[in-house]
Amino acid sequence: MLHLILFLFFGAICVAGAINLLAQSHPINSALSLIVVMAALAAEYLLLGAEFVAAVQVIVYAGAIMVLFVITIMLLNAGKEEHTKGSRVAILLGVPGVITGAVLVAWTLLFRGHTSSVTIGAEPGSPQAIARLLFHDFLLPFEVTSVLILIAIMGAVVLASRPEAVAHRPAKSDHKELPELVASGKEH
Amino acid sequence: MSITTFIIISIIKSVAVIGVLLTAVAYSVWLERKVSAHIQNRWGPTRVGPFGLLQPLADGAKFIFKEDLTQPHVYKPLYIAAPMIALVFAITSISVIPFGNWVNLGPWGTYLQITDLNIGLLVVLGITSMGVYGVALAGWASNNKYSLLGGLRASAQMISYEVSLGLSLVGVLIVSGSMSLRDIVDYQGGVFWHFIPRWNIFHGQTLAFFIYLISAYAETNRTPFDLPEAESELVAGYHTEYSAMKFAMFFMAEYANMVTVACLATLLFLGGWHGPIFGPPILQAVMPVVWFCLKVFFFMFLYVWVRWTLPRFRYDQLMAFGWKVLLPLAVLNIVVTALIVAWRA
Amino acid sequence: MENIPLSYYLMLSGILFVCGVLGFLIKRNIITIFMSIELMLNGVNLSFVAFAAQWHSLSGQIFVFFVMVVAAAEAAVGLAIIIAVYRTRETLNVDQVNLLKL
Repeated sequence: MLHLILFLFFGAICVAGAINLLAQSHPINSALSLIVVMAALAAEYLLLGAEFVAAVQVIVYAGAIMVLFVITIMLLNAGKEEHTKGSRVAILLGVPGVITGAVLVAWTLLFRGHTSSVTIGAEPGSPQAIARLLFHDFLLPFEVTSVLILIAIMGAVVLASRPEAVAHRPAKSDHKELPELVASGKEH
Repeated sequence: MSITTFIIISIIKSVAVIGVLLTAVAYSVWLERKVSAHIQNRWGPTRVGPFGLLQPLADGAKFIFKEDLTQPHVYKPLYIAAPMIALVFAITSISVIPFGNWVNLGPWGTYLQITDLNIGLLVVLGITSMGVYGVALAGWASNNKYSLLGGLRASAQMISYEVSLGLSLVGVLIVSGSMSLRDIVDYQGGVFWHFIPRWNIFHGQTLAFFIYLISAYAETNRTPFDLPEAESELVAGYHTEYSAMKFAMFFMAEYANMVTVACLATLLFLGGWHGPIFGPPILQAVMPVVWFCLKVFFFMFLYVWVRWTLPRFRYDQLMAFGWKVLLPLAVLNIVVTALIVAWRA
Repeated sequence: MENIPLSYYLMLSGILFVCGVLGFLIKRNIITIFMSIELMLNGVNLSFVAFAAQWHSLSGQIFVFFVMVVAAAEAAVGLAIIIAVYRTRETLNVDQVNLLKL
């Protein structure tokens, strides 16, 4: 009873946040709904006993990755979305199609799937137990992900840095401005 | 203990702890004004009550009655929500902090802690990470270029120093073997070399202590790292457009974060509530809490002392220091601690 | 504290994944498309943890770590690319990023 109530409460928050992400037109509102979804998911992980994963979800996903998204949205200051012809076609065809697929999968899971039931805290994932697995059985993937993060850091720094040579401009500027652009590019 | 007793005791504990926290926040403002005044060779508040002790009440009344200007150009939902987000996350992190040992009140007994989670330290780190949103959204919602710049700088600074904050605590975790704050404090009982207490600051984690302290100063946006909210810089940074109660909420959130940092520093590095216990049994039950409060008070005093002594870092110096100096030092601390612990085992 | 069927968790994971796919298809802002990808990854994380609870094996929770690490790396590099695209084309609308060279 308690498990069902808690699951439905946090599940409703997750679904409401996900639908709000689709419904909002300004990206900052979508970002905030995604943060709410992630926090509610952390609560769902706690219901399944994954306490360390829930804490890491809040610290890394909701507290660092989404801060990156929010900072980028603020920096680029894009504004609300416009709906083009392509997006209206996508809404008209995509929404019914995907929902049909989802209903098929849900029907299969509910009536044909062979899954058992779980209690609250079914698989307690304490930090000690996770560490034992992570550093013994999964040591190679752990080291590979550290290399992956290093590559991502280098890639992000290189891609987001300002070009030092001639600054690129959109085609609508005329070429007389090029020497001034070169001069201003050299100041960086 | 039945479920209703548990709920009633939890409610009483929560109300008491949050009441004490809010009073501590109000009086840390008084402490700051008095200490800064004496550092600057003047008196500070002296008129409102003896030693100006009723000044926080006067300030609270002022904030309630002040006109709450809401500019027409702000983004209303986030403008109102951002100070609440900052304050809620600042107050929530006190819920896993232990103040003392087991106490018995009549037939019931409880730990002096709202709840003891076995990932307590991670919960505090997570709540600190979420506190960045209050600052970032306040800067964005104010629709003002100074606020936006201040908010972006503050949130970038906070997420940069969160890394070295977390890594400096890993050394303590390696030595204590548990993430529950109560277990970490219990590990620091006793003495070594006959009279030095076995606190983590003496018993191996000195470098981690200083890294933690510097990262915490940057995390709570206090001098010498308070460029995002300095009055002489970006007007007032991310809280330029706020007045009265909303500004008071940011103010309280900053001081509540300071109190949380001070509590964590005493628990992890200064032995929590351990100290000489003497006297009759009723005094012995209260002494641990007294020692805890004295150590937290020392850290609050240190915060104010550093603020009014050191000049401010420039933003690029701040970020360079966090990434190029503190992060490698924190990793070095982890490696050395792990090697020593593995060699001893 | 009774048991609830695991398929409830899997349905919630499926709903989140479907919302992510829908967001990827119908949204026109690059950053919102990116956030729909993160929503899909979160849905998948939930089903990993749910199966870890059913089969009583912690490997499901370990794999959630690797998914989070990959999501973090992808978010960092992806946002850097978005910033680079915005610098040259001054727009975040995916329909207007349709020329290889400006």
